[in-house]
Amino acid sequence: MGKQAKIEIGVGILVLFSIISLFVIAMKVSNFADMAQDRPTYTLKAHFDNIGGLKVRAPVKLSGVVIGRVASIGVDKSNYRALVTMKIDKAYQLPLDTSASILTSGLLGDQYIGLEPGGDDQYLADEDEIEMTQSALVLENLIGQLMVKLTDSGDKQ
Amino acid sequence: MLKALQQLGAWGINLTRSAGRLGLFLLSLLPALPYAIWRVSLLVKQTFNVGTLSLPIIMTAGLFVGMVLGLQGYNVLVDYNSEEAVGTMTALSLLRELGPVVAALLFVGRAGSALTAEIGLMRSTEQLSALEMMAVDPLKFIYAPRFMAVLITLPLLTLIFIALGIWGGWLVAVGWLGVDDGAFWSQMHAHVDWREDVVNGMIKSVAFALLIAVVALFQGSETAPTSEGVSYATTRTVVHGSLGVLGLDFILTALMFN
Amino acid sequence: MRTLIDVDNLTFSRGARRIFDGLSLTIREGQITAIMGPSGTGKTTLLKLIAGQLTPDSGRILFDGQDVHALRRGELFRLRQRMGMLFQSGALLTDLNVFDNVAFPLREHTKLPEVLIEKLVLMKLQAVGLRGARHLMASELSGGMARRVALARAIAMDPEVVMYDEPFVGQDPITMGVLLKLIQRLNESLGLTSIVVSHDVQEVMSIAHYVYVISEGRVVAEGAAEEVAQSEQPYVRQFLNGLPDGPVPFHYPAPAYAEELGLC
Repeated sequence: MGKQAKIEIGVGILVLFSIISLFVIAMKVSNFADMAQDRPTYTLKAHFDNIGGLKVRAPVKLSGVVIGRVASIGVDKSNYRALVTMKIDKAYQLPLDTSASILTSGLLGDQYIGLEPGGDDQYLADEDEIEMTQSALVLENLIGQLMVKLTDSGDKQ
Repeated sequence: MLKALQQLGAWGINLTRSAGRLGLFLLSLLPALPYAIWRVSLLVKQTFNVGTLSLPIIMTAGLFVGMVLGLQGYNVLVDYNSEEAVGTMTALSLLRELGPVVAALLFVGRAGSALTAEIGLMRSTEQLSALEMMAVDPLKFIYAPRFMAVLITLPLLTLIFIALGIWGGWLVAVGWLGVDDGAFWSQMHAHVDWREDVVNGMIKSVAFALLIAVVALFQGSETAPTSEGVSYATTRTVVHGSLGVLGLDFILTALMFN
Repeated sequence: MRTLIDVDNLTFSRGARRIFDGLSLTIREGQITAIMGPSGTGKTTLLKLIAGQLTPDSGRILFDGQDVHALRRGELFRLRQRMGMLFQSGALLTDLNVFDNVAFPLREHTKLPEVLIEKLVLMKLQAVGLRGARHLMASELSGGMARRVALARAIAMDPEVVMYDEPFVGQDPITMGVLLKLIQRLNESLGLTSIVVSHDVQEVMSIAHYVYVISEGRVVAEGAAEEVAQSEQPYVRQFLNGLPDGPVPFHYPAPAYAEELGLC
């Protein structure tokens, strides 16, 4: 085998290994495949009193199934509430009276938006707002409420 | 006191001089770079020298780094009952930091130093002068293909390093410690973001490649034509290259992940 | 006879050291011109100046009427194709074998088919007597063989001028004889102009048509080999006869000996 052929085979091995690695990283390790599908989406908005630890790109779930992602998080200057926009897969049409709440996966897991469909026969369109929202549970508030309840029941006795 | 001030001044003047020479070097190298793409056979040969020959060390190191991450990650996470997250942890650390940085450090030691020594020796044996006399521009014929080869191969080697690292983590976590295979991959898949983690990691790798190519070739071109000169230049490539990679990593991390 | 290279009032310094101080000489076409002088007089530097690898502080070098240092990079590279240089160490490309080293300039500068290149290379190798060594790697050659291969490479493009940088340094008598014969024969058969830079007095005097002796950055003697050999100048006498003391003192400049030893 000539020297040149050896060099070319060596470079071929390098390139082949890199392509395999890139493929594994793209498909199996990261969410490239999900993004690459690039399904058509529509945008929904929702105001929350408190978003807790919600982050951009957090999943939006319907009955536990991911149907979209959080696109942006900001503050609505007119009413000082958090404004979250989500991109939802066009395949899923949601009733007008759908409600959104910020939930946590597991005890210490990441936060996501859970959607609860209502019974309206009209559907939410692009750029519509979800009116019924429930904020994230903040541990401090939760404990505070618990304390109040406990003292209340103690008083009654 | 005056002496110290004088030394500081001399140091400053030297530093400015080197910076000037580096600038001139880059300025003259830049227009020669397209030549590397035009002369594919030269580029292929250099890709073999800096890339394929670095494969064994990169692959071995990647595997071991991944296995250590798997083991350490498991030991920490098992206390919180979330040992399935070991895949996520291994993948994220490799993609964001360890892959680009460790691969670059190994690459400086393996390929960067070799490039400096090669060019330094070519200078001291008058091979570069001879090329110029034969009306062949060493910038196009020697420097440009090596520069492009570094720029291409380091990101490729980094990809291989990361993939093998994740496999190493999987071997330890799933194969040895009994983490659930499905949970290992699905957790990783859910938490690793293509743009945020993979693309940013690769941008780092390209930046490191640029830095290493510039350092190794510049030190080669500055080599004093003696045997001490060559060894000194090689050392400087490894020191400047490694420190440069770590410093640049901090800057890039601060820009990307905050 | 036509002047091919004209070095005119050349000044060149390296750091604080002045290497050439108003050096002028001419190289005539078809001749072997020897430039002699002790080590450290910048003979190699002169060749690099002629080739445009270094730029003088002042003065100019005309190659066939063109000012070498006023040329742009592309023009300079075209001019260099008319020159060949034999480096002291040979300077062969170490990752190529003998054949590829000689073929290198042909492959870089011509679009000749490989069959023709092979014939040309074999002709050049035959001229230096190393046709049989074509498959050896550059690192497997002895110093003398490397120099002969480098010579074959230097004449590969059929240049008009070949510059020899200290071709005889460190060679055994046989190799020296071979190289002398080669320089002379190539000069005649190819109609070359040769510049030989050397301090090997006897060897160079035997083949040179015209000799320059340089010292302290300027020409101290010139003329046909026989004339220079007859020169009465003390410096030339010292250099040609290899006298340890003379205008070039044996001692590096130092305070008086007795004074330094504290004897007075």
